[in-house]
This record gives sequence, structure tokens and C-alpha cells, in this order.
Amino acid sequence: MLIEFSYGLIFWMLVSFTAVLFILGKFAWKPILKGLKDRETSIADALNEAKKAREEMSALNARNEELMRAAREEREVMLKEARDIRDKEIAEAKSKAKAEADALLSRARTDIQNEKNAAITEMKNQVAELSILVAERILKEKLETSAAQQALVDKVMGEADLRKS
Amino acid sequence: MGASFAQHADSLSEHDIDHAVEHLNAEDVFEAAPTEGDEHGDHKFNPGEMIMGHVTDEHGWHLWGHTSIPLPIIAYTQGRGLSIFSSGHFEHGLVAHAGYMLLDGKLKATDAADGTAAHEHLVNEELTSATYDFSITKNVLAVFVSSALMLLIFLTVAKAYARRPGQAPSGLQNFIEPIVLFVRDDVAKANIGPKYERFMPYLLTVFFFILINNLMGLIPIFPFGANVTGSISVTFALAMITFIITLLNGNRHYWGHILAMPGVPKPVLLILTPVEILGVFLRPAILMIRLFANITAGHIIVLSFFALIFIFGELNAGLGWGVSIFSLLFTVFMSMLELLVAFIQAFVFTFLSAMYFGAAIEEPHHH
Repeated sequence: MLIEFSYGLIFWMLVSFTAVLFILGKFAWKPILKGLKDRETSIADALNEAKKAREEMSALNARNEELMRAAREEREVMLKEARDIRDKEIAEAKSKAKAEADALLSRARTDIQNEKNAAITEMKNQVAELSILVAERILKEKLETSAAQQALVDKVMGEADLRKS
Repeated sequence: MGASFAQHADSLSEHDIDHAVEHLNAEDVFEAAPTEGDEHGDHKFNPGEMIMGHVTDEHGWHLWGHTSIPLPIIAYTQGRGLSIFSSGHFEHGLVAHAGYMLLDGKLKATDAADGTAAHEHLVNEELTSATYDFSITKNVLAVFVSSALMLLIFLTVAKAYARRPGQAPSGLQNFIEPIVLFVRDDVAKANIGPKYERFMPYLLTVFFFILINNLMGLIPIFPFGANVTGSISVTFALAMITFIITLLNGNRHYWGHILAMPGVPKPVLLILTPVEILGVFLRPAILMIRLFANITAGHIIVLSFFALIFIFGELNAGLGWGVSIFSLLFTVFMSMLELLVAFIQAFVFTFLSAMYFGAAIEEPHHH
């Protein structure tokens, strides 16, 4: 009674189970399993993307760091160049100024020399004029008397005579 | 949760008491019918009959007392053709109708006129052996109900997946999804391997079919409470489907191992091959018997505790009430255990099916 195969029950069981299997297989299990799979893949994708984004972020950071470093280096180089140029210009200006100063100095020296020479010549002339004046005065004084003049003429004559012989 | 289980158990108990009482009354009725050899007309409670009445199939769904829902009788007898009529015409199995009658709940062909009291003498054995009973019995109706319930549940859930793709589950999805994932990951993938997807519809359907019917068997109110998964015809049908799917999917490697195990000497094969072939048939047989025996045993134990109440109640009414307390406690405990068994047996059937499918499609691996 308990263990009794009933054809009717087996038949209806097979019919309804197959129908349920077919309907659920087509309209329930397929969308459910697909939904689960899709969700799993979307979660996995999201995680992967987050990981990728993180990696990209760190790569970007590294690149930024690199850029900053390069920029710093470039600035150093530029500063150094500027310093060099400045130093060079200063040196050039210095040497130019020195040359000019030297030139100026030498010209001044020449001028001074010239002035000195001129002054000396002037002085000599004046001394000469003065001497002539003095000599004139002396002569005037000495030859004021006719006797003196005679004497001188005599002397000069004498001497001229001597020189003629 | 615990409280609701207890409630189930309580309602179960009330229902079963009703049943038991009805069976006492039914005996009265049977006494009134002209039965042979039943001369002692006392109200003896027959626990075996009560329990068997509950765990086996019947033509008509017994609700309480003398009330039962008549179910369609669909019978085909060679020479007579197809007959379809309500089991209500049998008047609880007491009279013959349309050339048929019920004897111990089984459909028998008879030559007696309509309304004749059913009796063993009236059975036409020749016609009965040519009769095919396709009646919508209690278990068949329960199968239909569970099928409808499954369609309702899973089509609803499937709609939820279609409507809200890629979003977190909600409502019924929350209950279904972990089980679906469990069947997919721990049953199908674990046993079948990468080609598991082909078998998923069957594995899921059979898992939920067994689970829902196991659970429905624990709820004693119509349209639940039929012992569907404890019916060997049902477990036979399920095991058959697993068997057929296994055979259809068996590859060369699988058959090679059954018919001629490689690396085994010829004389040994003479013994081994029959054993392997026997094994092919034994596997579904084991599936069939395990599910049937587990579920039926659970029902019988619960019903036995109730039978105890009436056995003691016949001795002394007070004793019956006293025993009923312990019976109820045991029934609550058993119902919880049955709840666990409902899941375990659904899992075991699905797991073993998946294992057989996995063996059938296994590719030869190089040692």
C-alpha cells in the first residue's frame, strides 16, 4: 500500500513537472540566472574599473611628480644661465668701463702734459721777455752816460777787431 | 521564526486530531456496511490504518469529519473506453459507480450497478487488470498546486530580475536568490564543472519542486498536507528524469568506464561490467528510495505521536489528555526536524543528480 507505483500519479507527475521545467526554464531560470550573472559581471567590472582608476590616478600622480621635478630642474638651469649671463655682462661692463676709464685717464694725462708743456713754454717766453726787459733796464742804466757808451763802443770795437783778426 | 513553526505544529496537531476522530467515525460507517468477518462492533482505534490513510494517496481530498473534496476519476479500461466522473459518486468509497468502485481506496472495475454497496466480491479482476487509473488524486492535485505555486513564485521573481537589472535583490528575490546561488555554485559548478549551465534549469526546478512539496507536506491545511514527496510514484518520476538526463548526456568516457573499465584485466571485467551496469540503474533507484523513505518516515513518526494520544485515550480519557501534551511537544520537535529534512532532502536529491550529470559529461583527464 505504501510502496505502490501508481501509473496515474507517475503520468501526471511527469506531465506537470516537464511543463514546469519547460516554462520555468524558458521564462524564469533564464532571466534569473542571466540577471545574477549580469549583476556579478557588473560588480566585477566596477571593481576592476575602480582598481584601474586607482592605478591611473597613481600613474598620473607619478607623472605629475615627474613633471614637477623636470620643471624644477629646468628652472635651476635657467636660473644658472641667467646668473652666468649676468656675471658675464657685469664682467664685460666692468672691463669696458675700465678701458674707458683708462682711455679717459690717458687722454687726461696727455692733456695735462700738453698743458704743462704749454705752460712751460709760456713761462719760458715770459722769463725770456722778463730777462730782455731786465737786460734792457740794466743796459739803459749802464749806458746812460756818454762815457759809458764810449767805453762800450770802444770795447766792442776792440773786440770786433780782435774777432776780425 | 520559532513561534511560527510552533504554530504550524499546533495547527498540524489540531488537524490530525480531526483526522483521527474522523477515522474513528469512518470505522463506524464501515461497520455499518456489510463487511465480512468484522463481527466485533466496538470502536477500536486502528493507528496503522489512520497513519496509512494519511501518508498514502486517495481519490478525494479529505478535509475533516465526513467532509472531503471529490476529485475527478479518470479511468481507461480496455474494451470499455474512457470514463471521467467525480469521485463524489462513490460516496466515500461505499458504492459503485459507472462500473467502478473503490476498495481500500483503490479503483477497481466492477459489473455491479450504480449505487450497489462496494464489496470485494463484486470486483471484476479481469477488467481491473485492464484498467488504467489516471484519476486526479490527492497527490496529483497537490502536484498541480505546487506546480502552479512554483510558476507563480519564479515567474514573479524572474520579472523582478528583468525589471531591475543589476540592482540589489528585494522582496521574494531575497529568499530565492541565495538558494539559486547555492544550487549554482555549490551544487552545479562543484559537481559538473564548467559545462554546468545546461543542467541548471533541471537542477533548480527539481530542487524547488522537492523543497516546496516537502514544505507543503508539513502544512496540514488544504490544499497542502499531501504526502507528495513521500509518494514513491513521484520520487520514481523525478529519479527517472535524472536517469534519462544522465543517459542522454553520457559521453564516450562515461560509457567506456561502465562497459569496459580501462586498465582492468579481461577476466575481472566479467565481474566488473555487470556491477557497473547495475550501478547505472541503482543510482536513480537510490534517489527514489531515499527521498520517499525520508519524507514518509517523518510523516509516520509525527502521526504515530498522535496515534499514541488515541491509543491511551481509549484506555482512559484522562490518560489520553495527559499523553497529548507529550505528543504535542514531540510533534513540535519533529516538525522542526522535518523542516530541516525538507531542505536536506531537496539538497541531497539535487546534489546527487548533479554528481551523476558531472560523471556523465566528465572528460578523460590524463594521469
